[in-house]
This record gives sequence, C-alpha cells and structure tokens, in this order.
Amino acid sequence: MSTKTSLFQPALVAPAVRQAFVKLDPRLMFRNPVMFTVEVGTAVMLVVTLGLLFRPDPAQGSFGYNLTVFVVLLLTLLFANFAEALAEARGKAQAESLRKTREETPARVLDADGRQVSVSSSALQKGQIFLVEAGEIIPTDGEIIEGLATIDESAITGESAPVIREAGGDKSSVTGGTRVLTDRIKVVVSTAPGESFLDKMIALVEGAARQKTPNEIALTILLAGFTLVFVLVCVTLAPFADYARTPIAISAFIALFVCLIPTTIGGLLSAIGIAGMDRALRANVITKSGKAVETAGDIDVLLLDKTGTITIGNRRATRFWPAPGVSERQFAELAALASLTDETPEGRSIVELARSLAVAPEPLHQRLAGAELIKFTAETRSSGVTLPDGTRLRKGASDAIRQLAARANEPFPQPTSEQVDAIAGNGGTPLVLSQNERVLGVVELQDVIKPGIQERFERLRRMGIKTVMVTGDNPLTARYIAEQAGVDDFIAEARPEDKMTYIRREQQQGRLVAMMGDGTNDAPALAQADVGVAMNSGTQAAKEAGNMVDLDNDPTKLIEVVEIGKQLLMTRGTLTTFSIANDVAKYFAIVPALFMVAIPALGALNVMGLKSPQSAILSAVIFNALIIPLLVPLALRGVTYQPLGASALLRRNLLIYGLGGVIVPFLGIKLIDLVVGLFL
Amino acid sequence: MMNNELLSLGGIYLVTLALALPLGAYLARVFRGEKSLLDFMRPVENGIFRLAGIDVRREMSWQQHLLALLTINLVWFGLAMLVLSTQGSLPLNPDQNPSMAPDLAFNTAISFLVNCNLQHYSGESGLSYLAQLVVITFLQFVSAATGIAAAVVLFNALQTRTTDKLGNFYDYFVKSLTRLLLPGSVLVALVLVFSGTPMTMLGKQPLVTLQGDSVAVSRGPVAAMVAIKELGTNGGGFYGANSAHPLENPTFLTNAVENTALCVIPVALVFALGFYLRRPRLAYMIFGVMTVGFAALLAPAVYYELHGNPALTKLGVDQALGALEGKEIRFGAAASAYWSITNTVISCGSVNSMHDSFMPLSGLTQLLGMMTNAFYGGCGVGLLNFFAYLIIAVFIAGLLVGRTPELLGKKIEAREMKIAVLVTLLHPLLILAGTALTAHLYAADPAANAGWLANPGYHGFSEMLYEFTSAAANNGSGFEGLGDNTPWWNISTGVVLLLARFLPIIGPVAIAGLLARKKYVPESAGTLPADTATFGVMVLAVIVIIAALAFFPALALGPLAEHFSLY
Repeated sequence: MSTKTSLFQPALVAPAVRQAFVKLDPRLMFRNPVMFTVEVGTAVMLVVTLGLLFRPDPAQGSFGYNLTVFVVLLLTLLFANFAEALAEARGKAQAESLRKTREETPARVLDADGRQVSVSSSALQKGQIFLVEAGEIIPTDGEIIEGLATIDESAITGESAPVIREAGGDKSSVTGGTRVLTDRIKVVVSTAPGESFLDKMIALVEGAARQKTPNEIALTILLAGFTLVFVLVCVTLAPFADYARTPIAISAFIALFVCLIPTTIGGLLSAIGIAGMDRALRANVITKSGKAVETAGDIDVLLLDKTGTITIGNRRATRFWPAPGVSERQFAELAALASLTDETPEGRSIVELARSLAVAPEPLHQRLAGAELIKFTAETRSSGVTLPDGTRLRKGASDAIRQLAARANEPFPQPTSEQVDAIAGNGGTPLVLSQNERVLGVVELQDVIKPGIQERFERLRRMGIKTVMVTGDNPLTARYIAEQAGVDDFIAEARPEDKMTYIRREQQQGRLVAMMGDGTNDAPALAQADVGVAMNSGTQAAKEAGNMVDLDNDPTKLIEVVEIGKQLLMTRGTLTTFSIANDVAKYFAIVPALFMVAIPALGALNVMGLKSPQSAILSAVIFNALIIPLLVPLALRGVTYQPLGASALLRRNLLIYGLGGVIVPFLGIKLIDLVVGLFL
Repeated sequence: MMNNELLSLGGIYLVTLALALPLGAYLARVFRGEKSLLDFMRPVENGIFRLAGIDVRREMSWQQHLLALLTINLVWFGLAMLVLSTQGSLPLNPDQNPSMAPDLAFNTAISFLVNCNLQHYSGESGLSYLAQLVVITFLQFVSAATGIAAAVVLFNALQTRTTDKLGNFYDYFVKSLTRLLLPGSVLVALVLVFSGTPMTMLGKQPLVTLQGDSVAVSRGPVAAMVAIKELGTNGGGFYGANSAHPLENPTFLTNAVENTALCVIPVALVFALGFYLRRPRLAYMIFGVMTVGFAALLAPAVYYELHGNPALTKLGVDQALGALEGKEIRFGAAASAYWSITNTVISCGSVNSMHDSFMPLSGLTQLLGMMTNAFYGGCGVGLLNFFAYLIIAVFIAGLLVGRTPELLGKKIEAREMKIAVLVTLLHPLLILAGTALTAHLYAADPAANAGWLANPGYHGFSEMLYEFTSAAANNGSGFEGLGDNTPWWNISTGVVLLLARFLPIIGPVAIAGLLARKKYVPESAGTLPADTATFGVMVLAVIVIIAALAFFPALALGPLAEHFSLY
C-alpha cells in the first residue's frame, strides 16, 4: 500500500476516461455549481450549433467555428470530470487491494457449550468468540482474550515484520484479514458485520463516505459567488451591446462566461479533496473523515509520548560510578554479572558498557552456573543474582538499595549518594549496585534521544506548532530530556487524566490539539483531542476514539499528517488564486474581440495582438480547457509545503500563483492564437 | 504653476492626515468610554437618554443593534416624506417653493436617509428652509452618525474575546453626534461663514449687477448645512450646483477646508480601529491599502485634467491650465480632479466641477472609486465595505498558507463567507442590472423611453452607468447630462439606494457579530498575520479583481471606448 504509483497509470486512466463521460449526468454535475453552469453553457452551444446546421446565420459565425467552440467546452467538462475520476480511481484501486484481503474465511466459533462451530467470517456477530491458529487468516476484528501469537499484518500495513499480540494490556487487538504466523489465540469479536476496520477503510477510500468538509463548503460558496458575478456580467452585457449597437454572437457570450468563471479550481476542487485523503492513505494513515485531515493542518499543539517518539525508547547505561574503594574494573565486572541474565534493554546495555571496558562476558557466564536469578518485582524494585557461593548481587532504584543496606547496617557512601542526585538532575536514571548489601556504586542510565528529532521539532516550531512531551519520568528528568530534544513543554509523571487536563486547557484557550496514543487509557484523551491518531497496534478502544489510525505505529507520523493537512488547504488556495488571476488575461483576449468590429477604438485593448475576434475567443476557451489537465498533477500531488512562516509563505504563493496566474495566460493565449490563427 | 497646484494637493492631503491621526486616537477613547476632551457633553447626552428612556448600560447583540438602527431609520424616513411633500404649506418658506411630487419626495427622502444625497432637484427652487433644516441637514447628521455607530459595533466585535454583547447602539449613535459631528460642523461652518457663505433665514436677496440686470440671489442657512454635508460625507448641496456654487464654496481656502472635512472622518476611523483594538499595525495596513488605491485613481485623473483635452488642442485652444471645461477657475484643474476623486472614493459625492466634462479616464477613475467603494469610503460604511473584502482576502490567503482562515483569531467559516460574498456581489448586481435595464429602455425605443438622455453613444452610456454606480455606492454625485427627475430614475435609483445602504451595513455587522461569538484562537507562527504589507497586497488584489472583473466590460463600452476614440 505504501508503494508509490505514477499519476497516470494506464490501468487507472482507462476507467477514469469512461467515468469522465458518466459524470456528465447533470444530476451528478449539480453538486459542483461552477462546472454545472459550464454544462448549461455547453448545452446551449450544442443547440446553437445544431441550429446553424439548418438555418445558417452570419451573425452567429460559421457552423465550423461554433462546433469548435462547443467541442472545446465539452472538453473542459470532460477534463474536469477526468481529474475527479482519476483521483477516485486511485482510491478505488487501493480499495480493491484491500478487498482481496477480506475474502470469505470460515471462522471456528466457540458456542455456549464450548464446541467449535464453523461460521462464515461475514456472519460473525459482536461478542462471539473464535479460535485462530498458526497459518490461518483472522476472520474479523477482535480482542485476544487468551493466548499470544505472532501476526503478519503486511496486508494492511505493508510492513513485513511480524508483530506480537497477546491477551490483556494494550497489544490485544487483532485486525481482520491479517495472518497468524505462530501459536493459537482465542479472540472475541469486537465489531458488527460490515463495520470492521477493513470495511470502513474500503468505504473511505472508495469515497462512499466522503462528505464536503466545512472549508470546502466555504470555498464552494466563494466560487459560486464568483460564478454569479459573471452570470451577471454576461447577462447585462446583452442590453449594453444593444445600446452600443454591437451585436454579440451567442458563442462569444458563452465563451466569455466560461472563461471568466473559476473553472480551473471548480473543475479540480473535488479531485484535490480526494487526493488529500489519498495522500494520507499513502502515508499509511487511515482518516475517518476528510475533515480530520484538514483539521490536522490547523493543529497548534502536538502531544507526543516521550518513549518511542522522542527517545529511542530504552534507557542505556552510559557510565559507571564506583563508590570509594571500588575499582572501575571490579565494578564493571560485578555490574555485568548482575545483568547477564537480565534480558531488559537496560540490562543488556550494562553488559555492553562493561564489554567496552574490556570485561568479556564469556568467563562471567561460567560463574553464573547454578546461580539463583532474582527477578525484578514492583515490591523490591531491584533485581540481581545470588551466586552459588552465596554472594548476593543486587541492582535497583537508589532508595530500594538504600533500604537494603540500612537493614544490614551497611552505610550508604556519601559520594555515591551525591552521584545519584547528580544523575537524576541530568535527566538520567541512577541504578545502584550492591554486593551482599554493601553499596558498590551507581550505574548511570540515560535516555537516548532519536537522531534528527531536534530538526523535526524545529520544523514544527516554524509551522507554528507547540510540541509537548508526555512522560512518566519525574519532572527533573523530564525537563532535561525536553531541553535536549527541543520540545516546548512537557508533562512529567503523566497519568492519563493529566493528558486530558492538558488538552482541555489548551482547547479552552482556543488551540487545536493533536495527540497520538495506543492504550485503552489513552482513549478519552484521543477522543478529546481535535486530531487523535491511534496506532494500529493499539487497543480497539483507542482506535474507536481517535479520528485517524496509523498503520505503521510510527509515533512521528503526526508530523506528516500535519503537513498533509496544510498541503490540502494550500493546494485549494493556490489553484483558486491562479484561477481568478487568469481572468485578467482572458478579459483582455475576449472583451476587445467582442467590440472591436463595431468599436474599432477598443482594438487598443487587444494588448496581445490576437489575430482576429474569432481566434481570440477560441484561444481563450482552449487555454481555459487545457489548463485543467495541465494542473491535474499539481492537484493530485499537492503543493509542496515549506515551513517558512505564514507571511513568507503567503508572499511566495502569491508571487507564484497570483502573479504567475496573471502572466501565464497572456503567454498561453498568445501562443494558442498563433496556432489557431493558421486555421482561421 | 502646475507644480504649485500639485503642491497644494499634497498640502491638503497632509493636513488631512495630520488631523485624522489624533482624531482617530480621540475617537477610540470616546467609544471605549475612556476620558476624553469633550466629556463636558455628558450631561447633554444623559439628558437625551433620559428623555428617550434609553438605558445605555444595556449591551446589545448584533441583531439588536441592527434592529435599533433600522427602526430609527424608518422613523426618519416617515418624517422626511411628510415634510418634503407638504413643505409648500409649512412655515420657513420665504421663497414660496412648492411641495415635492411623491416620486421626487421618495427619492429625496431615501437619498438623504442613506447618506447618498443623489439630488434630482435643485435646492434653490426645490426646498423650503424648513426642509433644508429638518430634512436635509438633520438627515445629514443622523445618517453619518448611523454609519459611524455601525462601524463602532464592528470595532467592538473584533476584540479578542467571546461574547454577543457589543455595547449599546444609541450610546455610539449619540456620541457620534455630540462628540464628533456637531463640534466638527461648528468649526467648519465658522470658516465658511467668515469666507462669505450665507447663514440667514431671510429669503432671496434682490440685487442689480454691474451690467444693470436685476437678479435675486438665493440665500438661506447655507454654512451650517455645507459643514455637515462634507464632514458627514453626505455631499448633497444647498444649491443645485453644489460646491461649484460661489456661495457654497467661495474661495480656494473654503475648497481646501471642505475637501479636508470630507476626508477626515473616514481616514480617522481607520486609525480609530487601530487604537480601539490596540492593533496599530492593522490600521496602518488598512490605511496603506486604501491610500495606494486612492493614489492609483487620483494620479490618472490629475494627469489627464492637467493636460487638457486633445480635441480642443487640435482646434488651437491654449490648454496650459488644463481641461477647464466645467470647472471653476478659482479652484483650477488639479484641485478639481483631487476633489472629484476624494468625493468618489469617499461616498460623499459633493462636486466643485462637472464630472460630465472630465476627460474619459478621469471619469473612469471616478467610477472605479465608487465601484470599489472601500478606499476610505463613507463615514463608517467605508470601513464596513472594506471589511467584507477583508473577509474574502483572509479566506483565500488563509488557504494559501495552509490553515483554515482566521481573522484576528476568529475562524472564517461558511456562514461568514456567504454573507461576505453576498455583500460584495450586491454592488455589481445593483449597478449592472440597473444600467442594463436603462440601456435596454433606451435601445428599445430611444424617443419614447429615454428622452432624458442628452448624449447618445459612449458618453451617454457613462452617464447612465455613473448614475447607478453613484446610487449603489451611496455617493450621490451625478455625471450630469441626464434629465434624472423622471419617475423611472427617481424610483429605480431610490430602490438601489435603499438596498445598497442597508445590506452592506447589515452584512458586515452580522459577520462581526458572528465572529465575536466564536472562540478566540491565539496567534502562532503558523497564523497569517493580517497586519503585514504582504497581506495588504493580497487585500488590494482582491478589491481590484472583484471591481475590475465585474465592471470591465461596462467600462470598456463607456469611458474606455470614449478614451480610445479621443486619443
């Protein structure tokens, strides 16, 4: 799904062309007021052209000329329809590939008596329980209630590495259409038939659930307003021309009207919207509505979990601080010995640090033979080993070891105590090591900040977005990491309700907040946030609460989503500006053409030096038609967003699309006139 | 000579600015209810409120504001109709002028009610002194105060808070009169009286000219009325010839004072917005856009008027003083051009020369001044018109920077867009549809339908276009050359006047009211600042494109065709 496809794939173009004709149906056209008026104009042109076939009228021009105008107008409509159809086709193609993963699969449902019954996946009811084993496809969305399994989710995420899902906790949800690779799980169905995640996705990408967003509605109002102005201009022109004794052909009226109304943006508007959701999908983010993408562009505050987003996720041992009277090598050896059986990332990093101090782990392994392993418990808050010779090695939080030492009447060395505070002050975690309750020193564990994350936050800052780090760490540690990573604010010792409070507070001040989460306890905050991105690996509750789902489970995805939202609005804005700016040149092409014959003095307005009134009108409508397909790639790919600050961005886009929109049609119409002039 | 003329224009403009800045600061204090210079007027105001039974501490929503505004306007309309159609039998009529016909009374009452002052009559013979005072002068005060009060509602609504309480309309309205229009008018009237403008209740003065002819010179309470005519951007003169009349505008000095008086409140209100909202940069942006637009219209007019008429040059007429046909020699070509442009961009519409005789491109810029109707604009309403353009500009610019559009921290959504689009659409609709109907009448049967059109061809077209543009812009000046006191013109322009006055007040006030109720979004680096030069360019482009795009064909058939035929 994340594969890049070219814009004009032959497989997509053919159905899009077909759809372009189907969409000529006025009932469909009516949704788009700008293009609907073009269709009315085209129909009138058809009547005029056919009329000329039976009764030639010199005032209306030749049959061939009128036919040409009609054909160009029809092409304008088809081009606009094609753009929309192409955008839809790209969505449909993805829906197709999704649908393949949703084939009917028999599910082994456990009935009330615990017997297995085979039920078709499409008939599974919410609350039923089914079994899946290695090699089988999960029939529908659900929560694991028993067991653990590795699952291949590549069908929906495109990610080939298998993931582990297990009962309880935040990794318990499974998605229909994914494949179990190992083990066996018992799953309770969490969605009603036809409402599974996959079903929703398919409906979304197919555009069935697409509704106009508020911003799109406001823009449509503006465009309808512009269209009305030009209806007025063209209608009132008739009596004006009567007054000035300047007969104007119907084709010229319609050409003037179609050229002046904002057909470029009118024709591309829905394609832009569809393409926006499509871009989100390509980033492996499923949005529940187009509005969510737009809102993402407006985000003021971004809540990010520290672990996995800002830091690599694990603390690493960075330095050993032996107590007085303990050599560093001795300390390193004992620390490694205490950690060899500790499979946590922290434990492994201690062994690695020791190895870098030339402590080879192999001989240590031998000393461990027959040792008793002490697991970490929340009660003792320490772990370690008891060697066969009775030596007790313990590592743990400083207060845990301090108690241990105190009970054995061992002192807690002053330098080590100072070091513990210093490490905490630096945002690290002190891990104190003891041997037979005697304090040996402290291991410094530090969070490792992801490379390049500072630049991303800087980019967000230039977009005007405040970043907030959410962490369970104490305020001291949190502050240190926040400074290192360059986030603007942090919530330390965060509980789920703290997130809610923070989001509410920001929202009360009028800011829009985005957050990412995966756990069930994130669900209220996800629902409260203006943009809530749930990770696909997260619980069903989280996925239901958020308005987007990230298939890659990538916590930095929010940044991309924000850019996609901004890009969507910008594409609309730039094409509107371009479309309206084009009118200046079109006026200078058509207005002199309308009056030049009767009022030769107005030939002075023909600044482009177009060959004849007819060639001028044809050139303008041809330009107007051609610009639509020429801008399709821009509409579908979107305008590149650069975080320059609003004013600089406005300056840049005004220059390119405003000034460019004034100049380009002057050149384009002149060029077309040179060609058209050859035939007239 | 030419340089002196240009220097005097620069001087008048600088004086306007020098007065408008402190006046803006003063107005902001007045309407914020802070201590200000004329607080000794408070007993007078309180007396009025007590008499009328108004509790000014009761704040109003935007709907209540509009209801109050429309209600008092309706009452004034009834009063004006009554006096105009019975003035012949009422006192204070020394010249024995007759009562007005119903269609003319309708047109006149509406016209002054809406601050337009399209005059299809001549003051000397058409109005009694009573009508001049209780209809014309009275409406000139209250219609200006209505516009200013509506603008203050906008100021109040644009503050950074969420509310639907937007102050008290009567408070704003009465203060506009007691703190601004009345004292200002006294100052202007004093200058006029000392320069020779009449201020008397006596009737015509008979006198024998040097040639020995006996004439009767019309007099009346002129100075008082001319002062508020300019200060309140009304424009309707005491005399038919308006400020070209030697008693209404006797000297170059009075010309400069009158011209400054009509500009000062619209400019001051822009600064007042900045002071009121404590966003001076926003005011400078708006002022900059308005000034660039004004200068762009002024420059061609001054240029073409100073260079004379090429048709006359061909006949060997010396045009060293510029195109003087239809102008007063005591003002000269440049000051007349300046006057005509200030009076069209600002919907005052008083004239000190005949716009009909201006060069075609000057006529075009006069028309454009009224078609845009937002470069300074009339008392209060200029700013409201500008606000509608601003909403559209903010919307497009917001999209251009990738954020749903917001103005001063309030989101612009479908409802606001709908109103802004309707308001900006209304102006071309009224102008083009009115002109089209009239052009159709003429084209169908010139002799039967349109005996009123003196000039056929392009110039005649400009005359019709101008009349409707002037009505739709609530400007009130005439291109002349039209016999406009006919039922068709009286009624059609009367209807246009009503629509063009009240809808552009209702629309922007409604938008402001809707915005005031919305949540305030604090500004960030991603927010589009509305107070930068870049955004100013955007607003100017929107104004130019909306005006130019809608009116280009009409302008091509009128002034442009005439220009290119002449040059």
